[in-house]
Amino acid sequence: MSGLPLVLAANALDTFVQTLFKALALGSLYALLALGFVLIYKATQTINFAQGALALAGTWFLSIIFMDWEIPGRWIGGPGWVHWFIALLLAATATAVLGLIVERLTIRPMIGEPLFSMAVITLGLEVVIRVVAFDAVNTTPRILGIPWGAETFKIGGAMVAWSYIAAIGMAGVAFLGTWRFFKTRTGVAMRATAFDQEAALAQGINVGRVFAIAWAAGAALAAISGIFASMPPWGPAGLASRDGAFFAFRALPAVILGGLDSVVGALIGGLIIGFAEVFAGQYLASYTGVIGTGYQQVVPYVVMLVGLLVRPYGIFGTAEVRRV
Amino acid sequence: MLEVANLEVVYNEVILVLRGLSIEVPDGQIVALLGANGAGKTTTTRAITGLLDVHEGKITKGTVTLAGERIENLEPSQIVRSGITQVMEGRRVFAELTVDENLVTGGITNTDRVSISEAHDRVMTMFPVLADRRTATAGYLSGGEQQMLAIGRALMSNPKLLILDEPSLGLAPKLVAQIRDTIVEINQSGTSVLLIEQNANMALSIADYGYIMETGKIVMDGEAAKLLKDEDVQEFYLGLHGDGGDRKSFREVKHYKRRKRWLS
Ligand SMILES: Nc1ncnc2c1ncn2[C@@H]1O[C@H](COP(=O)(O)OP(=O)(O)OP(=O)(O)O)[C@@H](O)[C@H]1O
Ligand SMILES: [Mg+2]
Repeated sequence: MSGLPLVLAANALDTFVQTLFKALALGSLYALLALGFVLIYKATQTINFAQGALALAGTWFLSIIFMDWEIPGRWIGGPGWVHWFIALLLAATATAVLGLIVERLTIRPMIGEPLFSMAVITLGLEVVIRVVAFDAVNTTPRILGIPWGAETFKIGGAMVAWSYIAAIGMAGVAFLGTWRFFKTRTGVAMRATAFDQEAALAQGINVGRVFAIAWAAGAALAAISGIFASMPPWGPAGLASRDGAFFAFRALPAVILGGLDSVVGALIGGLIIGFAEVFAGQYLASYTGVIGTGYQQVVPYVVMLVGLLVRPYGIFGTAEVRRV
Repeated sequence: MLEVANLEVVYNEVILVLRGLSIEVPDGQIVALLGANGAGKTTTTRAITGLLDVHEGKITKGTVTLAGERIENLEPSQIVRSGITQVMEGRRVFAELTVDENLVTGGITNTDRVSISEAHDRVMTMFPVLADRRTATAGYLSGGEQQMLAIGRALMSNPKLLILDEPSLGLAPKLVAQIRDTIVEINQSGTSVLLIEQNANMALSIADYGYIMETGKIVMDGEAAKLLKDEDVQEFYLGLHGDGGDRKSFREVKHYKRRKRWLS
């Protein structure tokens, strides 16, 4: 069974179920991306504009590892999807290492400089990594070898893409993992650093190391979300592409709506934006004469603006920025 | 054990705050450092614990020595590892973390599980209030409980020298007395203490030795008992800041609070 679930299913209920899964899946993707931004922001108070570029690098790494080098398939047997998830982990790790290198070379020396300068540096990084990665992606099409491709299954009359299930599951794993990590010694040190950097230093917490871990985790999340965003039906034919990278910026409304420094906010913000976009796309489609086509793309920003009018620091954001 | 010699600290490359400060904390003693607002007490702790960077401050002269080793160029985490931990001014507990998680941060330089759990047990015995609220969010604790948590957190690193920056600030007299007893208890178990206070009476009542600083310099020092009797000290510090342990004033505070609640 293949083909994408389009606008209409057999009846209203099926349409709703279909839309629900679509919304949950897109919301999960946004939440994953938002989590990457939030981890880095929480620790370092910097919005990492290079997340999109890291996402692109992640897709490129996966293609090299899984398709070109046939890792881990050349060594082990077993089902293809297991291979693919192992390759996904390796690609995320490679991107985490890239994140670490980037942090060490460009961010660490800037600690203590104005936050604005740090943000501008990440923008510069974005351009550099993107140009390099684009070249790599554009010379040969970079296939990601996604095991389920564009396949779908049926719930009643509703068609659901396996990609949706994968994205929802991945977000679940990532958020549970983050939650568990926050209870570990290192995780507690990270939360303490985010709350009061000077007091963290006074306990002997190695704040530089906390920054590095946040960057590594943020980069790994960027890679994973970039890869999932490149799957059908979001990305064209499961190729590493510009779209995967630009997708990172579509998550910004979710980050800002949820609150820049809140993990729960990333989850809720991502889901709200995903639902708003998908449900508006589905159920306002007959009004395109009034609101114009392509209005779905605007929906996240409208929701974000309305949200910010009510809560200027995001739903779960902290009002005062506790910094020394 | 700790020796600060001729220390000069400048903020933002222009504001000279410490002007040749020298103090000493001998092994096993409690040393009080007294001074009015803005004298440079907190700046002194920052210089000792490596936190000047955060405030754009720099040591421009002088040395800090711990057990013969120069430490003024070490990172804060290295200084904690070498045996100095401070209880910061204003408690600075991690309000979003639980009591236990705050204690975890305090023990972060300690990698030995057994030693961590021993330190944890000791804190729980010392502060039964905390033992009852291990999973409570620190931000919801009362001021006194937060101060105990801040002290407990510092003890998690098993420091050889504990620096306390105005631990009695903003606490009711009964709590001040409790904190004072705690400091004595910590000292008796072998930890040297540098106690920074504006509450001179409280500090000198338990200290072995005292320093009085004004605008970045020591202007007087001596045995705590002698300072307590000194007329100038009495006039300028004891008279101004009063006795924290006075029962009558404590009852008044409580009464006032209760009345306020009734009225509002
Ligand atoms: N980050 C900073 N930048 C510039 N000046 C500072 C800074 N921190 C403190 N100062 C100045 O240094 C002087 C000493 O401050 P410090 O906080 O060390 O005093 P203190 O004795 O701890 O006072 P208090 O009893 O109020 O806590 C003050 O005049 C203060 O204004
Ligand atoms: Mg002070």
